[in-house]
Amino acid sequence: MKLLVAVKRVIDFNVKPRVKMDGSGVDLANVKMSMNPFDEIAVEEAIRLKEKGVATEIVAVSIGPAKAQETLRTALAMGADRAVLVQTEEEVEPLAVAKILKGIAAEESPDLIILGKQAIDDDSNQTGQMLAALLGWPQGTFASKVEVAGSDLNVTREIDGGLETVKLATPAVVTTDLRLNEPRYASLPNIMKAKSKPLATKSPGDYGVDVAPRLETLKVNEPPKRQAGIKVGSVDELVGKLKALGVAK
Amino acid sequence: MKTLVLVEHDGSSVKDATLAAVTAASQLGEVHLLVAGKGVRGVADAAAKIAGVGKVHVADGAHLEHQLAEDVAPVAAALMSSHDAFLAPATTTGKNVAPRVAALLDVMQISDILSVESEDTFTRPIYAGNAIATVKTKDSKKVLTVRGTAFEKAATSGGSGAVEAVDAGNAFGKSSFVSAELSKSERPELTSAKVIVSGGRAFGSNEQFHGLLDPLADKLGAAVGASRAAVDAGYAPNDYQVGQTGKIVAPEVYVAIGISGAIQHLAGMKDSKTIIAINKDEEAPIFQVADVGLVGDLFKIVPELTEKL
Repeated sequence: MKLLVAVKRVIDFNVKPRVKMDGSGVDLANVKMSMNPFDEIAVEEAIRLKEKGVATEIVAVSIGPAKAQETLRTALAMGADRAVLVQTEEEVEPLAVAKILKGIAAEESPDLIILGKQAIDDDSNQTGQMLAALLGWPQGTFASKVEVAGSDLNVTREIDGGLETVKLATPAVVTTDLRLNEPRYASLPNIMKAKSKPLATKSPGDYGVDVAPRLETLKVNEPPKRQAGIKVGSVDELVGKLKALGVAK
Repeated sequence: MKTLVLVEHDGSSVKDATLAAVTAASQLGEVHLLVAGKGVRGVADAAAKIAGVGKVHVADGAHLEHQLAEDVAPVAAALMSSHDAFLAPATTTGKNVAPRVAALLDVMQISDILSVESEDTFTRPIYAGNAIATVKTKDSKKVLTVRGTAFEKAATSGGSGAVEAVDAGNAFGKSSFVSAELSKSERPELTSAKVIVSGGRAFGSNEQFHGLLDPLADKLGAAVGASRAAVDAGYAPNDYQVGQTGKIVAPEVYVAIGISGAIQHLAGMKDSKTIIAINKDEEAPIFQVADVGLVGDLFKIVPELTEKL
């Protein structure tokens, strides 16, 4: 089984984003960037499938600026075999990302494409579903468990009411949720080894995809801020507050 | 403008999340609904009574029983030839289906809208709600998911929409439902509860999480939520998770206990009307957003609080 994993370079999850004064966006200058946490889970799941002997090859893909190479090197250091960077300095929307990934899927013929369920920058939660639709493939979104059974997958999904398991015929698209696995840290020897793994650089045009945005961001504002309130000194005072709020008798 | 709203249902009743999406749709124009499922005439009749609904399209078919995105999306996409905007609640069902519809229509979806500014302009949270983007779409058809806490719920009565059967299409065939493990609870649903008590990793174990929080929740008539750390540690199931990538809640009162307040958690609850925090660390970021804070040991405070309520 051949696997494709898509990874995105985003603001590190520990960094508190700051809105630019001019309302044009979020300030990313000199901010620590990392692999989107859900994509780390996707890479880890692919590696585990390879370690189980289910997967034979893992290709990591990123669509983004030249610096997304670093993100791909991280995926390679974790255990992906080779990487493709579709380089563009423009911001690429999920629909265009899905179209580029469809082009890569046509080239690579993977049996399974694993993506993070959402990127923690734009919080769109769209790309995997769009990719599955464009390919006409089944989708297992928000996965907390992936089991390979022959040419089928049993995917357990985290849904609002609990868990749901679906069976998908491969080729298929899976998007990861938090409980799927705990991604490993790349070891130093593996980081060194990753430097010599193949990384191809392409452009959106190579896949015939027009990345012109469909959406225009008119402005970006800070949300209304909450003010810290008061501290109470005892449970009795807290009970009093709850009574005043009408939630306790 | 004609809108089509995906009705969230469990086969027998309309889920509350639908009602916020109906309100958002009504700000755009005429509201039509899509009920997809198996044996869902009853759901459609109930949906037709939602205030402001003009028409209810019912796609009824055995293959739609579990509302898999692969089966529902083509039905919605086909109906979009006579509608201008498709809206789904930003629930796991809506998030699963809507992007698939958008891709079939070659439209860029706008996720999790907070407001309708005009017929092509919407606001939505980005970066875990640390920024709000105002976004204008150039696509002629719109595909939107709607944040449930950002819109009033439409009334479940007063409407008299016409119910109309539509082509349910054929089974996609490459995916099928196997099983579901749904959390059973007598307590209110997290996303519609008036009061939520939510616990973090500080509870230390599944037994202590439920042993301490459940009685308190029962006293307050509250739903129980959890931080990601508590869910990851196995103290609570995944559907309890409140946060950026879990459930977004905005109850009257949110009681955060043993939760430090990472930005990812705040993203899911900071629109609550009143936030109460109990934490032993007085420097915990949760206190920066809490209206009422109590510093101390939750293992002493929670039983005492439950006792005194």
